[in-house]
Amino acid sequence: MDTTPFIVLSAILFTIGGIGVLTRRNAIVVFMCVELMLNASNLALITFSRANGNLEGQIAAFFVMVVAAAEVVVGLAIIMTIFRTRRSASVDDASLLKY
Amino acid sequence: MVAFWILAPLMVASALGMLFARKAVHAALLLAVVMISLAVLYLVQDAPFLFAIQIIVYTGAILMLFLFVVMLVGVDASDSVVETIRGHRVFSILVGLAFGLTLVLGVAQVSFGTVIGLDDANSQGNVPAIAEILFTKYVFAFEVTSALLITAALGAMVLAHRERLTPKVTQAALAAQRMKDYAEKGTHLGPLPPPGVFARHNSVDTPALLPDGTAAEASISRVLAARGTVKSVPEIAAEVDELDTPDTPRGEGN
Amino acid sequence: MVNLEALHDVPVVGSVPTDGAFSLLWLVIALPALGAAILLLGGRRTDKWGHLLGTAMAVGSFVISLILFFTLLGKDADDRQVTQHLWNWFTAGSYSVNFDLLYDQLSAVFLLLITGVGSLIHVYSIGYMEHDERRRRFFGYLNLFVASMLVLVLAADYVGVFLGWEGVGLASYLLIGFWQQKPSAAAAAKKAFVINRVGDIGLSLGTALIFITFGSTSFAVVSAASSHASDGALTGIGLLLLLAACGKSAQFPLQTWLLDAMEGPTPVSALIHAATMVTAGVYLIVRSNFIFSLTEDARTAVIVIGTITLLMGAIIGCAKDDIKKALAGSTMSQIGYMVLAAGLGPAGYAFAIFHLLTHGFFKANMFLGAGSVMHGMNDDVNMRHYGALQKAMPITFATFATGYLAILGIPPFAGFWSKDKIIETAFADNTLVGLCALIGAGVTAFYMTRLMLMTFVGTKRWEKDVHPHESPKVMTYPLIALAALSALGGLLTLGGWIGDWLEPVTGHAEHHELPFGMAPIVMSLIILLVVAAGVAVAWQLVGQREVPREAPEKVSIFTRAARADLYGDAFNDEVIIKPGAAGIRGLTVFDRVVVDGAAEGTATAFASMSARFRLLQNGFVRSYALALLAGAALVIFALLAVNFG
Repeated sequence: MDTTPFIVLSAILFTIGGIGVLTRRNAIVVFMCVELMLNASNLALITFSRANGNLEGQIAAFFVMVVAAAEVVVGLAIIMTIFRTRRSASVDDASLLKY
Repeated sequence: MVAFWILAPLMVASALGMLFARKAVHAALLLAVVMISLAVLYLVQDAPFLFAIQIIVYTGAILMLFLFVVMLVGVDASDSVVETIRGHRVFSILVGLAFGLTLVLGVAQVSFGTVIGLDDANSQGNVPAIAEILFTKYVFAFEVTSALLITAALGAMVLAHRERLTPKVTQAALAAQRMKDYAEKGTHLGPLPPPGVFARHNSVDTPALLPDGTAAEASISRVLAARGTVKSVPEIAAEVDELDTPDTPRGEGN
Repeated sequence: MVNLEALHDVPVVGSVPTDGAFSLLWLVIALPALGAAILLLGGRRTDKWGHLLGTAMAVGSFVISLILFFTLLGKDADDRQVTQHLWNWFTAGSYSVNFDLLYDQLSAVFLLLITGVGSLIHVYSIGYMEHDERRRRFFGYLNLFVASMLVLVLAADYVGVFLGWEGVGLASYLLIGFWQQKPSAAAAAKKAFVINRVGDIGLSLGTALIFITFGSTSFAVVSAASSHASDGALTGIGLLLLLAACGKSAQFPLQTWLLDAMEGPTPVSALIHAATMVTAGVYLIVRSNFIFSLTEDARTAVIVIGTITLLMGAIIGCAKDDIKKALAGSTMSQIGYMVLAAGLGPAGYAFAIFHLLTHGFFKANMFLGAGSVMHGMNDDVNMRHYGALQKAMPITFATFATGYLAILGIPPFAGFWSKDKIIETAFADNTLVGLCALIGAGVTAFYMTRLMLMTFVGTKRWEKDVHPHESPKVMTYPLIALAALSALGGLLTLGGWIGDWLEPVTGHAEHHELPFGMAPIVMSLIILLVVAAGVAVAWQLVGQREVPREAPEKVSIFTRAARADLYGDAFNDEVIIKPGAAGIRGLTVFDRVVVDGAAEGTATAFASMSARFRLLQNGFVRSYALALLAGAALVIFALLAVNFG
C-alpha cells in the first residue's frame, strides 16, 4: 500500500478547503472548510505515521482533533454573537476594522 | 487500496460539492460524507482509535454543533453567489490552484521510501500503544489540552451569554399587566385558544374554528402564519365535508 | 629674540607676602562687597539706612586704601609689590589659579582713585537720588561696582582680572538701565552689555592665549617669562587685550555704547563712565606692560586706536547739545589720549596713568556738575535750554570752571601736566600722531568752551516753570572736593614723582628727544596757543551769537556726521547687524525650506505612500486569507525550488 496517493489526496482536500475559505462568504461554511483543511492534514499525519512505523503521527492527529474541537466551540460562539447583533453570518459584513 | 480508490473520488466530489452548495446544510452534510470516508481511510491505515474518534468527535459532536448553529442562524439562509470584492474569486481560484498544483506536483516527485507499517507498533493493540505514548511522552501536552478545552468552554459561555438589561419580570407583574390590559384594551384574560380541533394530521397548523365557522387567528403560532403553512378555513371545511360522507374511500383510511 | 631681551628689560611682578597693615588688603574689596550683599539681599528693610551704609562702606574702603598707601610709601622701593594669597580658586591638572591680590604702586594709585572718587560720588548720590524710590538698590549697585572694580585692579591673575572685568560690566549694565522704565535706558543698557561682550571675548581669548603661551595666567609668572615668548604670541596677546580694552574703554570701533550709556543716572556717568570703569582698558594695557613693551606691532595698533578715538570723541563732543553726551564724547577723547600714551610704551605708561588720574578728577567733577545743573533744571539735559546759570548756581559754576580749565590744560590745573606730557611724548614718538594729539587738544578747547558758554553764560533760554537753584550741600561738597583735586592734581608730577613711583611697575623710560630739537617749554607754548585758538573759535561761534533754542537743521555735513556719532551706530547697523540679520533670515529660510522640507517631505512621502498602501487593509477577512495562502504557496514553491533546483 503506497503512501503517495494518500498524500496527494490530502493535498487536494487541503486545497479545496483553502479555496472554500477564500470564496465562500457564509461564516459557517467558511468554518466547515477550515475543518476540511484540518482533516486533510490529519490524513497526511496518519499516512506518515504508517509510513514511518511509529504512532507519533497519530498522536499529532489526535491533538489536532482536540484543538479543532476547542476552536469550533469558540468560533461558532463568535459567529452566533455576530449574528445576534448584525443579523448576518457573512464574513464580509464584519469588515469594520479597515483603513 | 480498494477502499482508497473507492472513497477518494467520493471525497473529492463531496469536497467540491461543499464549494458549490448554496445552502449551509448541504455543505454540512457533504462534509459529513468526507469525514466518515476519512474515518474509513484511518481504519485502513491501521489507526482504529482515530477511526473511532473521527466518527465520535467530528461527525458526532462537531458536525452536530455545526448543524445546531445552522438551525439557529436559519436553514434557509443561503449564500449569494455574486462576488462583492472585485477580482477576489478569480485570484482565489488562481492562487488556490497554484498552491494545490505545486503541492501535488511536489509530493508526487518525492519518493517516501518503503512503508514500514504499524504492525510492530500495534502489536499489543493500537489503543494501548497510543495510550502509552500519550501518557508518557506527551502527558504534558495532554494536560495542557484539558486547560485549552476548559478555556474554550468558558469562552463559548461568555460569548453566548446575554447581559440582562432590564429587571426580570415576575409572575405577579405579569398578572398585573394582564389585568391592566384587560381594563384598558379589553384583552382576553384567559389563555389563548388551542388550535387544531379538527386537525387530521398536524394539529398545530390547523386553526380552531369559532362558533360562526371562521378561523380563530389567535389559536395558531405566528411563525407558522408567517411561513404560510396554515390551513385555510375553506380547506378545513372541505376536509370536514369529506369526512361527513361515510362512503368515501379516503375516510376509511383514517 | 635675544635682541629684544637686550633692548627691553621688562619689570617682573614681585610677590612679597603681606604683613602688618597689608593684611587688611582684602577688606578693601570685602567692605563694598558686603555692602552690596546687604543692600541687594536685605530688601526693603534696608531702605531707610541703605544709602548711609553704602556710603560708609565706600568711605571705609577709602580709609583702608589711604592707610595702605602710606604704609606702601614707607617701604623701600624694592618691597613695594605685595601679594596677599587668599585662597586657591581652582585647579585643573597642572593649571592652578589662586585668588591672590597684588598691591603695588599701580594698584595703589587705582585704589585711591576708585575708593576716593567713589566715596565722593556716593556722598553726592545721597542728594542726587534723594527722591528716587529705589535709592537703596542704586547704592547696592554702586557698592557692587566698587567691589568689582577693586577686584579688577587688585587681582594678581588674568582670571581674577576677568572676574572683576565681568563684575564691572554687570554693574555698568544694571546702572545704565537703572531707570529701566525708560525704553531708551533699557536699550542703552542692553547695547552697552552686548558691545562689552565683544571686548570680553578679547579678554577671555587673550587669557587663554596667555595660558597656552606661558602655562599660567598669574602676573608674576607671565612677567617673568614674557621675554622668552615668541613674537607672534606676544602680538596676538597684545591685540586680544587691545580688543578687550576697546570694549571696556569705548575705543574705536567699539565706542558706540558710551554715548548711549548716558541714559544712566549722572553719578553713574561720573563714576563708571568717566572716572573708573572706562579706564579699565588703560589699566589693562599698562598692567600688561610686560607684554606690550615687547611687541612693537601691538603697540602701534594701540596708538592708532587711541589716536582715532581721541579725534572722533572730540569731534562728536563738538556737535552734541545734550550736556552729558558732550561730556561723554569728551570722555572718549580723553581715554583716547590715555590709550595713545599707553601705546607709546614705557615712555607713556606713567603719563597714561597720570592722565587717567587727573581725568578721573576733572571729568567726575564736570559730570557731577552737569548732574547738579540737571538737578536744578528739572532733569533737562539740552544745553540749548540752559544759559546764564552762573548766577543761579555759583558753586556749580565755579567747580565746573575748575574742571574746564583742567581739561583744557591751562597751567597750573591738573590737565596741563598730564596732557602736555602725553602730547610731548607722542611728538617724540611720531610727528603725525603728535599732530593729531595737538589738534585734539584744540578741538577739546572748542567743545568745552562751547559747553561752558551754552550752559553758564549768555541769555536765559530756560523752559517755563524752571527755577534753577543751587544743589544741596551733600552734592556741592563733593563738587568742591573734586574741583580741588582738579586744580591740584598736577602736584603728583612734582619733581616727576608719578613717573618715578610707577617706574618699578612700568619699566624704565628712555629719554626722548622732541622733533626739531624743541625744548619742552616751546612745546607747551605751542599747545597753549592751539588751545587758545580753540577757545577763540568757540567764543566767535557760540559766545558772540544768540544760541537758538532748537538745534538748527541746516548744518554742514560735518556737523550732521558728528551729531550722528560719526556714524558709528550706522556703521554697526550696516556692517554687522544687517548682514547678521540677513544671515539669520537666510538660515531661517534654509531651515524652513531645506531642513524642514527634508523632514516634512519624508513624512509627506510616507504619508502619501501609506495612504495608498492602507487601502490594502480593506477589512475583508477573505482578502487577508488570500494573501496568507499566496504566501504559503510562495513558501512551498521556494522550498521545492531549493530542493529540486
